[in-house]
Amino acid sequence: MLSPALVSLALFLVAPILFIAVYSFWIRTAEGLDVPAFQFGNWIAVATDYYYWLGLWGSFKLALITTISCAIIGYPAAYFLARIQFSNKVLLLFLLFLPFWISYIIRTMAWISVLGRTGALNTMLISLGIIDEPLKMLYNDFSVIMGLVYFLLPYMIINIYVSLDGIDRNLEASARTLGCSPWQTFREVTLPLSLPGLGAGCMLCFVLAAGSYVTPRLLGGPDTLFFPDLIYEAIISQLDWPTGAVLSVILLLSLGLLVAVYNRFMSLSDIYRSFAR
Amino acid sequence: MSATLESRAALWLLGLFSVAVYIFQFAPIAVVMLLSFNGSRSGAFPMEGLSLQWYEKLFANDSILQAFQTSIVLALGCSLVATAVGVMAAIALVRYQFKAKNGISTLISLPLLVPEVVLGVALLMFLKLMGVYRSFGMLLLGHTVLALPFVVLVVQARLVGLRQNFEEAALSLGANRLQTFREVTLPLISPAILGGFLFAVAISFDNITATLFWKKPGIETVPTKIFAMLRTSISPEINALGSVMIIVTILLPLIGGFVVRRFSRGR
Repeated sequence: MLSPALVSLALFLVAPILFIAVYSFWIRTAEGLDVPAFQFGNWIAVATDYYYWLGLWGSFKLALITTISCAIIGYPAAYFLARIQFSNKVLLLFLLFLPFWISYIIRTMAWISVLGRTGALNTMLISLGIIDEPLKMLYNDFSVIMGLVYFLLPYMIINIYVSLDGIDRNLEASARTLGCSPWQTFREVTLPLSLPGLGAGCMLCFVLAAGSYVTPRLLGGPDTLFFPDLIYEAIISQLDWPTGAVLSVILLLSLGLLVAVYNRFMSLSDIYRSFAR
Repeated sequence: MSATLESRAALWLLGLFSVAVYIFQFAPIAVVMLLSFNGSRSGAFPMEGLSLQWYEKLFANDSILQAFQTSIVLALGCSLVATAVGVMAAIALVRYQFKAKNGISTLISLPLLVPEVVLGVALLMFLKLMGVYRSFGMLLLGHTVLALPFVVLVVQARLVGLRQNFEEAALSLGANRLQTFREVTLPLISPAILGGFLFAVAISFDNITATLFWKKPGIETVPTKIFAMLRTSISPEINALGSVMIIVTILLPLIGGFVVRRFSRGR
C-alpha cells in the first residue's frame, strides 16, 4: 500500500533533486544546448562570481533577522497561550492559525497596502499629526522582513507552544517551593525545557525565510539581493540551466546542512509533531 | 500556591503583548478587505465611502476568471490523486510494522523541508529529460507531490488516535482484510480523508513559488495572476480579488475542521 506513495516520491521528488546535481556538471554548447558531461566549469564560474555569494549572504541575512524577530515576538505570545487559564483556549489557537491559512500571496500583498506611500500606516500617522511627509517603508529590506516575520510567526509560536504545553507544571511549582523567584524559575526550568520547541521554530523559520522567493520579490527594493531570485533568473529568464542547477544545489546543501546539524542535536520529529496538530 | 502580585502583573503584560501579536496578524488582512470596498477612484487611502465597484470590475475580468478556473481544476485534480496515494501510505505506516519506517516517514515529509524553489527547479529539469515541458500536466504532478505529505499527516494522526479494537473485532468475526477495511476502517477515517483532501486543495490553491517554475507562460493560476498584476501596475481591483481569496482560503479549512470534528465525536 505504500508503494504508490514511495514510487511517486522516488520518481518525482528524490530522482529530480538528485538530477539537479547531475545537471550542474553538464556543459552548455554554443548553440544553447545542454549536453551531458562531467566538468566543473559551471561550478567554478559560480564560485568565482562575487555576485552569487552576495546573493547567498543576502538571503541568509534576511533569514537570520527574521528568525530572531520571530523568536523574540513569538516566545512571549506562546508562553502566554500556554499558561493562561481560559476556557476557550482552542479558539485562541484557532485564531492564531487563521491568518496562516489565508492565501500566502494575499498576506504578502497586504503589506503593500499597509506600508506604501498612501498605505494604511502612513495615512494614519499623517492624520494623527505625527509625521508630515509619508515615510518610505516599502520596497526595502525592512518591508521584506515585515512580510517574512508576518508569515512565519505562527510557525514559531506553535512550535514553542507545543513545547511549553508539554512541560510538567510540577517542575515549576517545585522550583518555586525550593525558593526560586518567578524569573529564576523561568530561566532555570521553563526556558531550558522549551528549547526543543524554540529550536524547531527557529530552524523552520530560517529555512523557509532563506528559501523564499515571492516575499522578497514583491516587497523588496532594487537592491534587495536574495538567492532564490538568482535561481529564478538563471532558470526562467536566462534559460541558463547548468548555472541554475549549481545555484539550486548550493541552496539545498547549505540549508540541508543546517537541518542536519539541527537533527544531530534535536529530533526532526518535533517539527512533524507540530505540523500534525 | 498563590500567584504573587509581581507574576500577575507579568501575566497582564504578556497578555497585552499577545493581543498586539493578534492585531499584527489580522490588521493587514483587514486593510485589504477594507480597501476592496473603497469608493474612491484610485482605490487607495483615504477611503471615500463604500462601494462594490471593484468587485464588479473583478467579475468582468475574463483573465482573472480564467485563472480561477485553472486553479480550481488543478486543485481538485491533484488533491484527488494525493488523497488516494496518501491515505494508502498513512494506513501502511500506522497499521503495519516494518523496517525503515522512520526513513519512509522522513521521505514523505521531505517536500516540507526542501526549499520550494529547489523543488520547482528539480521537477522542471527532470521532466524535460523525459520530454515533458512546462505545462498543466507538470503543474498537476508537482502539486500532487507538494500536497501528499499533508494528506499523510492528517490521516496518520487520525489513525493513531483510532483504537484497533474495531478492526480486530471485524477480523475475528470472519471478515477478511478487504471487508474490514471497507466496512470498518474506511468509515471511521472518512472524516480525516475529507480533511486531508481539503488540506490538499488548500495547499494547491495557494501555491505560488513552485507554480512559477512549472506553469506554461500564459497559463495563470490565481496566485500567479495576482503576482503578475502586482509586478506590472497595481490595479485597485486586486484588493477585491484578495478579499475573495481570503474568504475561500479561510472557508476551506474551516469546513474541513468542522467535518473532522463533527464526525470524530462518535468514537
